[in-house]
Amino acid sequence: MGRHHLAPYLLIAPSLLFLLLLFFVPLIQTIALAFQTGSGIGLGNFDQMVGDLDFLTAIKDTFGLVIVVVPLQLALALGMAMMLRKVRFGRDLVLWIWTIPLGISDLAAGLAWLSILTERGYLNTVLFHLRLIPRPESWLTYETPTALFLAIVIAELWRATAIVFVILVAGVQLVPAEYEEAASVFGATSWQRFRRVTLPLLRPSIQTALILRTVLAFEIFAVVLAIGGTNFPVLISQAFIWQNQNQVYGVAAAYAVLIMAITLAATLFYLLALRPRAGEPA
Amino acid sequence: MQAVRPLLSMLGGVAILAGLNVTVPAAAKDLTFLSTQLRPMEEAQRTRTEILKGSPVPVDFVPEEPPQLVIHVQADMKSGSPSISLIGALHGELAPLVTLGALSPLDGMEDMLKQDGIPAGMVTLAHLGTDHLQYIPWMQATYIMAASKKALQYLPAGAKLDSLTYDQLGQWAANAQKATGQPVLGFPAGPTGLMDRFFEGYLLPSFTGGVVTTFTSPDAEKMWADFKSIWQHVNPNSTNYNFMQEPLLSGDVLIAWDHVARLQDAFRKHPDDFVAFPAPSGPKGLSFMPVLVGLAIPKSAPDAAGAKQVIDYLLQPATQITTLRVSSFYPVVKAPIPGNLDPGLKAEMAAVQAQQDAPDAHPALLPVGLGSHSGEFDRIFTDTYQRIVLRGQDIHRVLQLEGKQMQHVLDEAKAPCWAPDPPSQGTCQVK
Repeated sequence: MGRHHLAPYLLIAPSLLFLLLLFFVPLIQTIALAFQTGSGIGLGNFDQMVGDLDFLTAIKDTFGLVIVVVPLQLALALGMAMMLRKVRFGRDLVLWIWTIPLGISDLAAGLAWLSILTERGYLNTVLFHLRLIPRPESWLTYETPTALFLAIVIAELWRATAIVFVILVAGVQLVPAEYEEAASVFGATSWQRFRRVTLPLLRPSIQTALILRTVLAFEIFAVVLAIGGTNFPVLISQAFIWQNQNQVYGVAAAYAVLIMAITLAATLFYLLALRPRAGEPA
Repeated sequence: MQAVRPLLSMLGGVAILAGLNVTVPAAAKDLTFLSTQLRPMEEAQRTRTEILKGSPVPVDFVPEEPPQLVIHVQADMKSGSPSISLIGALHGELAPLVTLGALSPLDGMEDMLKQDGIPAGMVTLAHLGTDHLQYIPWMQATYIMAASKKALQYLPAGAKLDSLTYDQLGQWAANAQKATGQPVLGFPAGPTGLMDRFFEGYLLPSFTGGVVTTFTSPDAEKMWADFKSIWQHVNPNSTNYNFMQEPLLSGDVLIAWDHVARLQDAFRKHPDDFVAFPAPSGPKGLSFMPVLVGLAIPKSAPDAAGAKQVIDYLLQPATQITTLRVSSFYPVVKAPIPGNLDPGLKAEMAAVQAQQDAPDAHPALLPVGLGSHSGEFDRIFTDTYQRIVLRGQDIHRVLQLEGKQMQHVLDEAKAPCWAPDPPSQGTCQVK
């Protein structure tokens, strides 16, 4: 009897232990590090973080990217998922091609886009041969912040829309066809069917996709590093610089705590904003 | 849960993994040689197959990122079965290990250094301000200028490459921009570029005669104003450049300043297209930064005797020349330069020599004694440059602000002044 009671706990024990050791302990250490100063406990690291030359730029850049990229990705992924429903022949092939970016590391994706957009890259070569520009243009310098921002947005759209798409496709497959058929019997247009039937039923998938994507978007790093270097500071790159180059671990930890607070707030926002209304299935 | 997981990869990942995953011991008994130099993959491979080929003791060469060196050595010492027997690192990177008491004094080897012809000044440096010899000078490098021969036609009248001034450099860049329609002067101001060294070792001391003590002086204000006007002729991609050899080879940049090792590809691939020459002079002479790499033996070394044999081997003239061929680091011992040396290396070597021997030359050391604060110190220079040159903030105000920050860093590190600032009683003071 007792053995049967223990079995589930014993089975999950290794994963719990693993998380505790390699996740919870470093988390506590990070928080402790962030609040540790030379003379004891205090907000010195946070002061130094806010005083960092690139702090406000990093906040602005990070939020700017999240606000532009995540909605665009959701819209694109929704469109792709809807279109895929109508594809009969070669559906698997289309699915496969659309999800290729999932298998590519962020840094590799960033470098690929760098080779396209850099001064002597593919884009300039094509534009030059079409005689649209007289000489190679620089798109990624501190003098061209808008082009640099757009370049990172495009690279992120290319790289990370697939994860939203995959989650939505899984959700779409769970929506019973009968609902839509019923709606069309009652004369709903295709937009009405999408807006009133499919979208509400997809809400749990959209919630998951948004939480995942937003959290990851706040932590954007490798793509920005490859394309923007120090011209486009984001929160994680600042944490990395303080840890690796400046070797002030307390300030790096302060950045990490700030990022954690922001992503937790974003997750909470989605959980509340997209929670099922009364009477709806969760 | 999802929200916090990346924290782990950020902090846990960077801090823990960086310290541990790099050392993959090769064969069980090879002597472990940890080095912050010769780190690029190809150089590291050639270090194993060419430089260390004739070593009397089999060596496992392990490259390590400079910021991780101290952490790695400390972790190794505490591990119970230390593996590192030999450390190769910059003068300034070895200094914090001395502070920690991690290095074993090498006084017994001083006679050998004399025999090898290592200059006495270098041996003094290798004491790192203590009474004992802390490391053995291994190889040296510095930063110089390079230009495409296409740019020489735009040199201002009366300017000589070997004795250029910063004014003339600005004029030259302006002329070249006018003629080519593009800004062709370039600096390595990218994420891993060495731009901070340009301010610490070249520009600031050439204008003010110091680095720390003169940071907020009127001379420094003039220097930043001058540099800001030169920057109008600098390729804006400079904030992406890490190694100037690349934009030189692609033709995006025609005139550049960088570390000799980061220019060498240009000279190697097209020795006839490029010229090497000393850095310009300012009102207070030609300040340049010699880079000295040393070999040290940690106190916890499992094979200190073997390490000494490897040091002896690395200092042999033939090995030093092989090292030069592989890395562009110049010999520290008296070694005859072979006639068949790569013409690019020869060109660089002549510029290095001319820079050292210039009548108004004075060396400015890499920051010493800052220990774990050296990254913060370097950041003050890049921040100052960002504020004044890229963001157009008021020079006087920025220097006052960053000067305070610099004093704060020096106070925390309790670092005394280093050359070219005059020696100080106690912590170095920004005046």
